[in-house]
Amino acid sequence: MIHDRYQLAFKLYPYERSTDQDAETPVRHPVVVIGGGPVGVATALDLGLQGIPVVVLDDHEGIGMGSRAICFAKRSLEIADRYGAGEPMLDKGVIWNLGKVFHDDRKVFEFNLLPEEGHKFPAFINLQQPYFEKFLVDRVRQAQADGTPIDLRGKNRVDSVTTHDDHVTLEITTPDGPYTIEADWVIGCDGASSPLRGMLRLDFEGRVFEDSFLIADIKMANEDFPTERWFWFEPYFKSGASTLLHKQPDGIWRVDFQIGWDVDRATELKEENVRARLDAMLGEVDYEIVWTSIYTFQCRRMKQFRHGRVIFAGDAAHQVSPFGARGANSGMQDVDNLGWKLGLVIKGQAPECLLDSYDAERIYGADENILNSTRATDFITPKSKVSHVFRNAVLDLAEHYAFARPLVNSGRLSVPCTYDGGPLNSADALSGGPARTRPGSPCPDAPLRDGYLLNHLGGGFTVISFGAEVPDLSEEAGVALSCLRLGSADDPTGALSSRYLGSADQAVYLIRPDQHVAARWDRFDAAALRSAIRRACGLE
Amino acid sequence: MPLNVDPNIPDPDGFYARLIEAHDGLSDEDSARLNARLILILANQIGDPDLLEAALRAARQPGA
Repeated sequence: MIHDRYQLAFKLYPYERSTDQDAETPVRHPVVVIGGGPVGVATALDLGLQGIPVVVLDDHEGIGMGSRAICFAKRSLEIADRYGAGEPMLDKGVIWNLGKVFHDDRKVFEFNLLPEEGHKFPAFINLQQPYFEKFLVDRVRQAQADGTPIDLRGKNRVDSVTTHDDHVTLEITTPDGPYTIEADWVIGCDGASSPLRGMLRLDFEGRVFEDSFLIADIKMANEDFPTERWFWFEPYFKSGASTLLHKQPDGIWRVDFQIGWDVDRATELKEENVRARLDAMLGEVDYEIVWTSIYTFQCRRMKQFRHGRVIFAGDAAHQVSPFGARGANSGMQDVDNLGWKLGLVIKGQAPECLLDSYDAERIYGADENILNSTRATDFITPKSKVSHVFRNAVLDLAEHYAFARPLVNSGRLSVPCTYDGGPLNSADALSGGPARTRPGSPCPDAPLRDGYLLNHLGGGFTVISFGAEVPDLSEEAGVALSCLRLGSADDPTGALSSRYLGSADQAVYLIRPDQHVAARWDRFDAAALRSAIRRACGLE
Repeated sequence: MPLNVDPNIPDPDGFYARLIEAHDGLSDEDSARLNARLILILANQIGDPDLLEAALRAARQPGA
């Protein structure tokens, strides 16, 4: 039997019997993804859109209730947009730029994200996680109708896996009983408590934080509250050691109270107790409670994300505190990084060792996220008396002096990882080129004459010429290449030139299928390009 | 030279983490001693009596 562990927000993939369940011998699939959350479904889209058949197994029949991850960063939206799912997210999401920080009953300071002009997507949107997931599944349905080979199987619970040198055997339970399939590759996207990780007895090490947070999503009768992020340290209303207020679509507000370690969950989640905290904070305001939850968190990761034919992504591979919005957002970057590499390996265009660069690059990313979210957590929830004294001294000073404001840390908001020193980068050969587009960087967007740069990149390798002579290219080292020639007429705002040329007169960039810079030069050099592509594909 | 109250620390999060780490494992009293030593070391680095006076005033009554 399969019991639901949680209620569904959207029942999107009801159980259907698969022909695999009637096969005499286990059917072999190129890729099986375990887990139909945002990371699993995005993985299926990435591979499916490359033409690689993917089976997604989930033990539920749709998307779980609860807003959970609510802050989606620009990079996640750009990745979703590459899969054709970014625009509905942007349409639904709430865009915010202003944040206010309070200590006790005083406003310490406010900040504006001051988003840079010339990007298709804003720095952040707030969007309930079920919507983010639903837009991805909607895109899967649309892609399936166009023949994309994605098979989403609800109520398919993986109960055991056996790993072999060149494949994995999976035992699956369904409402119709068990069946067995095989996979050349298994991607573990089954979340922070990953049953797959447990079945393979793999490590998951790091720091446990002894604190709990109570989330209440509320719908205010009065919608005049501003679209801003408000964070209180030690609020006067005493509803938590810290409190966060943040707006979501549909007139819903997220309130997040830090309530300490030794709490009785059932008591704290009683409506009257949640209301007592909310009333102290909001005063005489009418609201309806939509969803409540208590979470604790840990900052930890697996030592390695790749274990032979089994590869982990998202929360299954690494977990961070929620401060800084680095959970779901880093999971999307995992998918972005893994999809093209696995695609090339499956198509025989790159050696298996290319997948080790997923480990190298995404462990680098996970460590960066863990470092940032740990520091934010230590600031928000000081662990010693002296740490508390310093934290409050920073807040006292920040109210009056600009120098102390960069020390206030209520979460360093997620920015995409630059793979400095990554194994796939070629040495920077563009003198005067901007630092933000050095090899390893995710390409910053820029407006073109018509549309945006990032809509022309990704999926395969692209050579971009900014004003340099480049011959027609369609393939190099056995890998397909497209060529994008841009000149000053394509740069109506000057953003392209400032983001990609700096003080150089012209440039040639090699862009990876995940829109990261692999190499750049001041002119076209066929031998250098060949070598850079071979390097980016793990061929040298 | 007036007291510089604009941001001047290149990696604020890294500095703050090292400042707190410096107190790892210390009792409250030992932490207070460490802070006192640190202030004296930094004061010597600044040297300028006007600046030190301005810093003392700013710490005593922020914003005054």
